[in-house]
Amino acid sequence: MKSLNEMPLGSKTTVVSISKEASVRRRLMDMGVVPGVEVEIKGKAPLGDPIEILLRGYKLTLRKNEASNIFVK
Amino acid sequence: MNTIALVGNPNSGKTTLFNALTGTNQHVGNWPGVTVEKKEGILNFKNKKYNIVDLPGTYSLGAYSEDEIVARDFILKDEPDVVINVVDATNIERNLYLTTQLLEMGTKVIVALNMMDEAKEKNISIDIKKLSKELGVPVVATIASKKNGIEKLIEESINMMSAGNVPQNKINYGKDIDNEINKLKEIIENSNLNTEYPSEWIAIKLLEGDEYISEITDKNILKIAHESGDAIAIAAMEPELIIVDKRYEFIGNIVNKTVKKPKEEIITKSDKIDKVLTHKWLGLPIFALIMLIVYQLTFAIGEDILQEGLNAGMETFTASVESFLVNVNAPELLTAFITDGILGGVGAVIEFVPLIAVMYLLLGILEDSGYMARAAYVMDRIMRSLGLHGKTFISMLVGVGCNVPGIMATRTLDSKKDRMIAILINPFISCGARLPIYLVFISAFFPKHKALILFSIYAFGFLVAIIMGKIFSKTLFEGESSYFVMELPPYRFPTLKGTLLNMWDKVSSFLKRAGTTIFAVVTVLWILSVLPYGVEPYSQSSILGKIGTVIAPIFKPAGFGTWQASVGLFAGIVAKEAVVATLGMVYAGVEEGAQLVTAIQGAFTPLSALSFMIMTLLYTPCAAVIGTIRRETNSTKWAVFTALYTFAVGWIISVAIFQIGGLFGLS
Repeated sequence: MKSLNEMPLGSKTTVVSISKEASVRRRLMDMGVVPGVEVEIKGKAPLGDPIEILLRGYKLTLRKNEASNIFVK
Repeated sequence: MNTIALVGNPNSGKTTLFNALTGTNQHVGNWPGVTVEKKEGILNFKNKKYNIVDLPGTYSLGAYSEDEIVARDFILKDEPDVVINVVDATNIERNLYLTTQLLEMGTKVIVALNMMDEAKEKNISIDIKKLSKELGVPVVATIASKKNGIEKLIEESINMMSAGNVPQNKINYGKDIDNEINKLKEIIENSNLNTEYPSEWIAIKLLEGDEYISEITDKNILKIAHESGDAIAIAAMEPELIIVDKRYEFIGNIVNKTVKKPKEEIITKSDKIDKVLTHKWLGLPIFALIMLIVYQLTFAIGEDILQEGLNAGMETFTASVESFLVNVNAPELLTAFITDGILGGVGAVIEFVPLIAVMYLLLGILEDSGYMARAAYVMDRIMRSLGLHGKTFISMLVGVGCNVPGIMATRTLDSKKDRMIAILINPFISCGARLPIYLVFISAFFPKHKALILFSIYAFGFLVAIIMGKIFSKTLFEGESSYFVMELPPYRFPTLKGTLLNMWDKVSSFLKRAGTTIFAVVTVLWILSVLPYGVEPYSQSSILGKIGTVIAPIFKPAGFGTWQASVGLFAGIVAKEAVVATLGMVYAGVEEGAQLVTAIQGAFTPLSALSFMIMTLLYTPCAAVIGTIRRETNSTKWAVFTALYTFAVGWIISVAIFQIGGLFGLS
């Protein structure tokens, strides 16, 4: 299984799970990152981190190490 | 008076709606015991008054942040008559997540479906009647920025106040979870657990593992809640996730039935702007450019134009008051007290207003337009390599104007670690009040290198702030987590009214917080300088002079161990703008000007001047900043800590400069 930070720019994928160890797990869930949701990698900040994703019609930014806790198809 | 509370996601237009409802009839304060801003206002509608409370903008109503706890406690404990839930129509799916939690609370909710104009632009059509039916609550379409739909929203709210208990839709969590919720609810009702929260809501929160609610619940109930949780957990999904998932499932069903949007997301203006502003190569230079413009404009308009005008006005006013008092033969001491003591204090406060106002105006425009989120996004990686958060840069930048709003700007940082570090290092950012001190010393000793030295001092402040941030991150807050999960809101044109109201909020809160302190201390300082009665003002035998004499030996290794320099630094702890005036009085008997520069040339050497400038850059911040730290951290301990450690850092570095400089034969 891949994690979200490994996905290339412009790719679309579906969230499978969020690691239970992630300290921002609840925050991500509240922001709509739950299993089954579709996300698109929209952009990367100038130094490649954080990344910008599109989900549920809005843009969310998160650091790569936070994205590494999100597993995708 | 009936109360209407506003809740909604950040960027949903909640504040714009609040402004539309209350106009200028509003005031800002703090929620008791916490550092969350409380906004209240009065709505006048058909000869009746309503109290409008603007709750903090949140994505959820859990225990994730102080904001969320404040918002949910207000709804459940203070029981407003109606809760207006502001929902961004262009982003309905995520916005309704908060709505589901309001439904769980069993309060009277009205949804204000806001930004309908933007939704139309994006070809999103929403069946409002159906949405209202599916949610089980009234839904009113609004465009808060154009005051569309506001009247209908108010009328619906008033109707709801007089209605009995409004039947509401419940989220279907599925049989298994509903059973456990009911079971827990019954146990809570039959127990002697005494809270102001509804028992069904407590049951849901316990299953969600809400830390705050778990803490106030007794052990037996908690144990049963854990068992209930185990019962509903399925492979890889614990109860918390299942409940969040069910809420989104509930929303998904409603959205499917009521919202039609184009299949392919159309490329919006926001996307196009972001292509440039967050561009791989252009993102950072553009950020630097925007900040430079903000900085230049702040000082050009705020300081050079407005502040000078104000100062001139203040001087004329003081002079006419003085001549009036002399004409009526008022006692000399009273005249001095009114002109130097009181008007001096007022002047010190007013002097800062233009700078702060312009800075807030510009930063407010950046914030409301959506750029601030981008700034944090493009800066985060660089800041993180220094142990800081992307948003910390903003608070440091605001600190260049004044550290009080700089520290208040750290409120946007979510994690405690990031916020505490941002607060503790902010005093090293050289504020506007310190600038005149450098200017006097530079014109006394380094007039040819003014720009270079000035730039170096500011840069050195940033450097020390960053180094201390790194140290704190590795020591005091080691192991605590820092995170960056942030929405990028669409770009929007700030409204003139919203921007001005926001600026006024900030300026008036600065006047209240810092203004009263500065005024008080400048006045007290003056009193200390003329007592005991009959003494030559600002002489060594005044109380102020005696304090300076006692402190002076501490600064000997730094090269400025005179009572006068100590008095200047002491005055700086009460207010940095008092340093130059105090030095002027003790050295030359004037507040500023060429005489002071000559006196400084006699009393300092180039090396001790440099060491003194670095000391004023780094040592203990002024009383207003210390007070702000106490309020913002809710802790006297952190305020005292900041006062002491900054002094230590300033002393060590200025001693090092003087001693090492001496070794190299400099003087």
